[in-house]
Amino acid sequence: MLDCAIDAMTTALSKLGNPSSLHTPGRSVRKDIEEAREVIGREVGSLASEIIFTGSGTEANNIALKGLFWKRRAEGRNVVLISAIEHHAIIDPAQWLVTHEKAEVIEIPVTNDGVIDCAFVEKFLSQRADEVALIAVMHSNNETGVLQPISELVNLAGDIPVHCDAVQSFGKVPLSFSELGLTSLTLSAHKIGGPLGIGALVLKRGIEIPALLHGGGQEREIRSGTLNTPSIVAFATAIASHQYVSDVVTKLRDYFISNVQTLLPDAILNGAKSSRLPGIVNFTFPGTQSDTLLLLMDSANVSCSTGSACSAGVHEASHVLLAMGHSEKTAQSSLRFSLGASTTQSDIDYVLSVLPDVIARGRAANLS
Amino acid sequence: MKLIAAMSGGVDSAVAAARAVEEGHEVIGVHLALSANPQKYRSGARGCCTIEDSHDARRAADVIGIPFYIWDMAEEFHDGVVEDFLAEYAQGRTPNPCLRCNEKIKFAAVLDRARAMGFDGVVTGHYARTEITPEGKTLHRAIDISKDQSYVLSVLTVEQIAGAIFPLGDTTKVDIRKEAAERGLAVAEKPDSHDICFVPSGDNAGWLRDRLGSETGPIVDQSGTKIGEHKGAYTYTIGQRKGLGLTVPTVDGSPRFVLKIEPVSNTVVVGSREELAITSMKGERPVWCGAAVTSTPTRGFVQIRAHGQALPCNYFFDGTNLHAQLDEALLGLATGQAMVIYDGDRVVGSATICETN
Repeated sequence: MLDCAIDAMTTALSKLGNPSSLHTPGRSVRKDIEEAREVIGREVGSLASEIIFTGSGTEANNIALKGLFWKRRAEGRNVVLISAIEHHAIIDPAQWLVTHEKAEVIEIPVTNDGVIDCAFVEKFLSQRADEVALIAVMHSNNETGVLQPISELVNLAGDIPVHCDAVQSFGKVPLSFSELGLTSLTLSAHKIGGPLGIGALVLKRGIEIPALLHGGGQEREIRSGTLNTPSIVAFATAIASHQYVSDVVTKLRDYFISNVQTLLPDAILNGAKSSRLPGIVNFTFPGTQSDTLLLLMDSANVSCSTGSACSAGVHEASHVLLAMGHSEKTAQSSLRFSLGASTTQSDIDYVLSVLPDVIARGRAANLS
Repeated sequence: MKLIAAMSGGVDSAVAAARAVEEGHEVIGVHLALSANPQKYRSGARGCCTIEDSHDARRAADVIGIPFYIWDMAEEFHDGVVEDFLAEYAQGRTPNPCLRCNEKIKFAAVLDRARAMGFDGVVTGHYARTEITPEGKTLHRAIDISKDQSYVLSVLTVEQIAGAIFPLGDTTKVDIRKEAAERGLAVAEKPDSHDICFVPSGDNAGWLRDRLGSETGPIVDQSGTKIGEHKGAYTYTIGQRKGLGLTVPTVDGSPRFVLKIEPVSNTVVVGSREELAITSMKGERPVWCGAAVTSTPTRGFVQIRAHGQALPCNYFFDGTNLHAQLDEALLGLATGQAMVIYDGDRVVGSATICETN
C-alpha cells in the first residue's frame, strides 16, 4: 500500500461518523466519500455519480453480470457472452447464471497471442444479437497483461450492454469509461496501491439494475451496506497520487524480458506479439513445473505467481494459457512476474541472478 | 540441512516439522494432495487429505514459522498406490497401501523431487528411529512400540533411508500430543488416522466390491467339494472364521477357516485350523534396509502385520527370494502382505509374501 494511502486511511480511521448520518460528524465523512468519488470519477473518465463503491472487484463484477442479466432477461434475452480468458470473478457468476437462471454462456475465443477474436463476436452477433443480454470482456488480462480491443467490441455490440473488468488496467494504462462507451466497469483499490477489500462498479448514469444486497440502499439502491470511509478515502488518494509511471515500468519490463531471453533462450514469452500492460510478464519455461519454480523462487525471496490453485490448494493449469493454445503441460510450466511502481533495476537484476539456477533445478525436479 | 517436511495436517507430522526446525535445519512444509477429488471435511479418524487437513497443515506451518506449499501427487498416488491395491486384491492377495505409499510416494516421488530441488532429505512424523553406525544409517523401531511404524518403512532402500528424518522415534505418542499443545499447535487433540486413507467410509469390502465386482462364487473345502457360496471373494480374509454361512458342517463339528482366495476361479477355499497353520514363508522383490541378507540362515524375527508380533525365525536369501522359517506355527497368513525381518529392533529388510507352507 502506498504511504500516502496509508496516511489518508489512518486519518480517516480516527474520524467519527457514519456517512449516512445527518448530523455534523456524519456529514463530514460523507463529504470525504463524495470527494473520493469525484477523484475516482475523474481518473476513470466517468461522472462521480456513476461510481458505486463495493467490497471488492469480485462484488462489482457480480453486481454487473447478474444485474444486467436480470434486467435484460426481462426483455427476453438470456445469452451472456464472455471471453475465454476472464478472471474467475466473471467466469463463476456467469456459470452461476447458467446453473440457477438458465442463462446460455458463450465463450469468445482468443488468438494464440491472447487477444479476443472480434470476428467471432461479429459473426455471432450477426446471427443472434437479439438474444444477447450482455457482453463481458476484461480490459487487460491479469495473467498475461494482454490488452483487449474494448473500443472495437463496444462498436460491434451496438445496443448490447458491455461490461469490462478493468481491475488490472486501472491506473496502469489510459482508460476512459465514457470514451469507451461502456455500460459498466469494475475497479479495485489494492491493484493501485490502495487497501484490500474496496472496489467500485462504474455504472452508466440512468441504467438501473436489480441489486444483490438489500439494506440501506446507500449506493444508488444498487449496493447496500455502510460505506467503508477509510478505505474509500485511501482508494482515491492512491489513484490520485499517480505514482505508477508506465514508461519507467515498461522500460524495466523490457529489460527483464530481453535478459531472460538471453539467459534462457527456450523461454517463451506469452502474448509476445500483443500490446500488453507494463507490469505483467508471463513466461513458459519448458520442462518445468510452475509449483516447483514458485517454491524455489520464494526460497530466493522472489514472489511470483502461477496460474491459480483449486480449493485444495493444488496448482492447476491456467485457463488463460489453455485458451491461448497451450497444452496442460506447457501451461503448467509457466510463471508470472509482476512489476510495480516500486520495482527497481536492482530488483530485476537480482531476479535475473537467481532465475537460471531455479529453472535448472526445476527441470531436474520435473521427474514425471 | 535443507529439508522438506511432509505435513499431513495431523499432530505427528506437525511436531516432526517443529522438531526439525528446532534442531537448526532449514525446513519447508509440504502437504501432499493425494486425491484428485478431495472431500471437504474429515470424518473422525477416517480418511485424510481432505481440504480441512490441508488447512490444518498450513496452520501448523504458520505456527512453526516455516514456508508451506501443496504438492499435487494425486496422479502418482493413484497409479502407484490405489491401482496397486486393486491389482493385488484382484489377484487374491492382501496388500498394505501405507507401505506402498512410503515406497512410491513419500520416499520416492517426494524425496527425488526434493533432492533435485536442492534439499537434503524429507522429514516425516513416522514413529521410527534411525542410527548412524559404522555400516551406515540404519532403520530401527520407535521407542513407543504401540505406535512403531518401522514395518511400513521397511520398503526403504539404504539410499532412501539416508534421506529420511524421523524426529519422533524417541518419544511416546502421549508425549507428542503434550508437546504439540505446548507448542500451540491446534492439531494437538486431532484424532489419529486409521484405516485406509482413500477409503473414507472405512468399508474396505464395499469399496473393493464397487471396483472389482461382487460376483458370487463357491466356497469349497480342500478336496474341492462345494460347501457354501460367497458374495464376492474380495470380502474374505485369510483365517476368517465367522460369517462364512456354510451349509455343510464338518464331521466332528470343528470350525472352518478361510485358507485361500482364488480370484481366477472366484473360489474361496476353507479348511481346518491345522490346515491354516504355516511354518515358513517366501517373499519376492526383497528390499534391504542395510547390508543384504545372505544365503546363510540367520536368527532374527519376522513381522507380517503393521502392528503384529515379531516372530522368532531363521531367515535367508536364496538369490531371488527371502525366506523365513518360524520357530512356532502361525495361523492365517495372506500372500501380498509384507514380511519384515528384524535383528533386535533394527529393520533388516522386507519382501512381499508370495508363498506360505
